[in-house]
Formats: sequence, C-alpha cells, structure tokens
Amino acid sequence: MRGAGLFAVLAALGAGMALADAGDGGERADTRQSGTAFIGESTRAMQRDDTQNPAMLWVAGGAALWNTRAGKRDMSCAGCHGDAAASMRGVAARFPAFDKASGKVVNLGQRIEMCRVGKQQAAPLAPESEALLSLEAHVALQSRGMPVAPPRDAGTLAAAEKGRQLYGQRIGQLNMSCAQCHDANWGGKLSGATIPQAHAAAYPIYRLEWQAMGSLQRRLRNCMTGVRAAAPPFGAQELVELEAYLAARDRDMPLETPGVRP
Amino acid sequence: MARALIHMPATARQGETIEIRALIGHAMETGHRPGADGKVVARDIIRTFACSYNGATVFDAALHPAISANPYIAFFTVATESGTLEFTWRGDNGFAQTERMPITVSAA
Amino acid sequence: MSGNAITDGTRRKLLQTGAGLGLGLGLLVLVRPALASPEALQAAIAAYTGGAVPKAGKVTLDVAKLIDNGNAVPITVTVDSPMTAAAHVTGIAVFNERNPETGVAEFTLGPRSGKAQVATRIRLATSQKLVAVARLSDGSYWQQTQDVIVTLAACIEGEAM
Repeated sequence: MRGAGLFAVLAALGAGMALADAGDGGERADTRQSGTAFIGESTRAMQRDDTQNPAMLWVAGGAALWNTRAGKRDMSCAGCHGDAAASMRGVAARFPAFDKASGKVVNLGQRIEMCRVGKQQAAPLAPESEALLSLEAHVALQSRGMPVAPPRDAGTLAAAEKGRQLYGQRIGQLNMSCAQCHDANWGGKLSGATIPQAHAAAYPIYRLEWQAMGSLQRRLRNCMTGVRAAAPPFGAQELVELEAYLAARDRDMPLETPGVRP
Repeated sequence: MARALIHMPATARQGETIEIRALIGHAMETGHRPGADGKVVARDIIRTFACSYNGATVFDAALHPAISANPYIAFFTVATESGTLEFTWRGDNGFAQTERMPITVSAA
Repeated sequence: MSGNAITDGTRRKLLQTGAGLGLGLGLLVLVRPALASPEALQAAIAAYTGGAVPKAGKVTLDVAKLIDNGNAVPITVTVDSPMTAAAHVTGIAVFNERNPETGVAEFTLGPRSGKAQVATRIRLATSQKLVAVARLSDGSYWQQTQDVIVTLAACIEGEAM
C-alpha cells in the first residue's frame, strides 16, 4: 500500500485520539477503513458475492436452526420471533449490550444462549460450535449494511471503557498492546500480511486460516497467542469488554457480517 | 448431511448457457496434516462431484486434497429442457450426498 | 594456474572416488522427497495427456498473483472453444508444483457444457507454479502456467485453541 507510510505517520500522531473517539460527531475526517481494505481482491470478492461466500453455509445452517424446535419448551426461535428478516433487523448492530438481569454486558452469541437456555429451556450450545456460529451469522446477516450502534446506557459504556483500557494495555512475552499494531501501525506489514485497523463489524467471519467460521473472541485470542500472552477462555468478561470497546470504536461503520478474512 | 448450497437460475430459455455454483460444507482433511498429538490426520475428502440433467451426466470433477475445505465448484451447462438437475458428491469414509434443483426451460 | 591446482595423481583418485560417489548420489537421487517437484509435475501432466506435450494457448488460468492465504486460492480456468458437437473441450485438469500431491482436480466437459469454464478454490502449500491443461475433442492438448506467490496469515492459533 503506497499510502501506508503517510497513513502510518498520521495514525501514530492521531493514535488514541481519532480512532478511539470516532463516532463522536466531530468534524475530523473519518479515516476508519473496514478490514476488507487490507485484504487481497480475490478474498474481497469471496465476501462480496453471496453465491461464493463460504460463510453462507453457516448462514443457511442458522436459518434451518431458527426454524427447529428445541428444548423442554419444544419451541423454535421462529415460534417467538417469527421471520428473522423482520424481527432481527438491527439487533446484531446493537451488541454487545448491557443485560440488566445478569448485570453484565453480553455479546450476540451470549444473548442467543440466554434465549436458548432461558426461553427454549434447551442445553446451551458450545462456544465456537457450528450451531452457535450459524445462529449468530444468520441473525447478524439481518443487520448487514446497517450502522454499528451499540447502546449508550451506563452499563454498556462502562464495559466499553474497560475494554478501551484493555485495548491499550501491553500483554504477553512480546509485551504489545492492540493499539500498537492496530492504531499506530495499521497498513504496515506483519510477516507478509498487511495490518488492518481491527474493526470488527464483519464478525463472525469465515477465516481462510481456520478454513471455517469463527467468532470475534476466537480472533482476539489468536492475537493474544500471537504476542505470547495467555488468552482468557471463551466467554471471559475481559473478552466481552474488548468486544464492547471495539463496537463503540466501530460506531456508524456498516455491519458486514458474514465477512471473509485471510 | 452436510450443508450444501446450489446457485443456478430457476428458469432459462432453451439453448441458453447457464452458470451453476455448488458449495458444500466439508473439512477436506488432506491426509498430510499433523494433528494436535503430532500424528498425521487421516485423509477424509470429497473425491468426486457430478451433475446430471434429467439423468444425463453433463459435468463431473475428480477432486484431490488440494481442493479447499468447503469445496466450491462453478461450471456451465446448456439449458435443454425442463426437469431436474441432480448434484452428487462422493468421498472417503462412504461420504455421499445428493441435492436436486428444478429448472423450467421455455422455448428459445 | 593458482594454488588450487590438483596433481594428476590426486585427480585420478578423486575421479575414482567421484565415480563411486556418483553411483551413490545416483541412488540417492532416485529416493524422491515426499513433496511434489517440477519432475513430478511434468510426469502428472504426461499421465493426463498420454505422453503428448500440451501446446501453449487457448487456456486462461486466472489466479491472483499475490495470495492472502494458501488455504483457499480462487482459480478460474477458461478455454477458448466453440463448445459445439464438432469442436469442444472434453476435459480440464489442474496441477501444482510444490504441494504434497501434484493433482488438484480433473474436470469432464462436453458439448452440453456450453462454455468451457470452471472455477474452484484450491490449497497452495507455498509459492509455486500452477498449470491448467485442456483436452479438446480433436485430441489436442493445450496449457497455461501461472506463478503464484502465497503469503501467510498473521496471528495464527496453532493447535491449542
């Protein structure tokens, strides 16, 4: 990327300012770019075309699960929510969000589990399971193109603030923070791959490296392993807080799920 | 049953060449990859894919481990008559799956 | 003449030893490495064509020059052919140079195909040559070769997820 050098300088100067405060309605030009700007054209084409996107297998699975009865209540999602295209429109764009009942912020997958366990009275789906990812992908697809819009209630904002601190915190044997790569050095190279800005509006994604669909938490844990830090387990509150910060950081960017990434 | 998606037009004019895109969920385990225990994971792939049009084979493919997971194949066929296109994948460990798609072909 | 000059006696000894070594080396060369190689690639193409050497032309192998991740590389093979009963493509085969196996896929086409074009996604273990060979109804073979550069994804997880 020829412009990467200039952008890197500007990003370094603006690190912690422009990106973290994006969406505050300020008059600074929005320099945020989706992860699709940092991948090859053939990978972009895979995401753009629903007839080629491997993630659509999970979306199709999710649509089938949406209509499948489950649990002691023998109810399907459709039983309460009807047609997902109508009832789920805009929902994924508003997660992670603070859940009053449990007193903590939850992501979309956790919210689906709450319905599954609480309303359908079915066994929870395992994290990163094909079933859970399929439902997430199907629900999130109904918000594709809509602006990311996490709620602004106190609980969600507090979680996003905790996430912001985690994002700037050095971790691991390599002693690096998310901000160092993704705010200060996006556009640069990390062993052949171009560093993206770490916008998360395409999740869950089909990652070519995984040869499968995966969640944002899986990707975050990959990064943590990458800097040789111990990654918290799936569902850990720190991971959800990071997700909450990333959603706030992505405010107003269009939701792209299901994305395809290298 | 693996998840499978076939994209093709539902209608066509007789003699028109149509594009068909077939996608199926399958890990396509190559047989060359070491697993978590260090031992090579046994090969488990889809070996063949065939499309028949009202019973006549119009396209087929022999696949090797170099075909990516969740195999995607796009190809063309001429719309000759109304009827059913049948898509069959076969592979290791007795894997076999067939999907059917209708087509309505109008006069040229 | 430099300080490296070898005496006749030494040279004779070296040649004798060299011959022995040559034999040993010859035996070593016969033990093929597990990975495919340029020779294996040519052998696989020859097996497909029954020994005929494909001509360059008619075949377009469309693949990005720089690949994000070798796990899923989109390719499209197109063959210039009227696809009539009299003149059509009967088969398309794709081969690689450096994966553990040379064959990628063999497709069967015919006049009912309408258009001689197939697309799929393949795995490439490393940067290498990719070859697409087409077999025509007149018995001729045509091919195109592409050089592909494969980069690695960042932040992979290893086996411990």
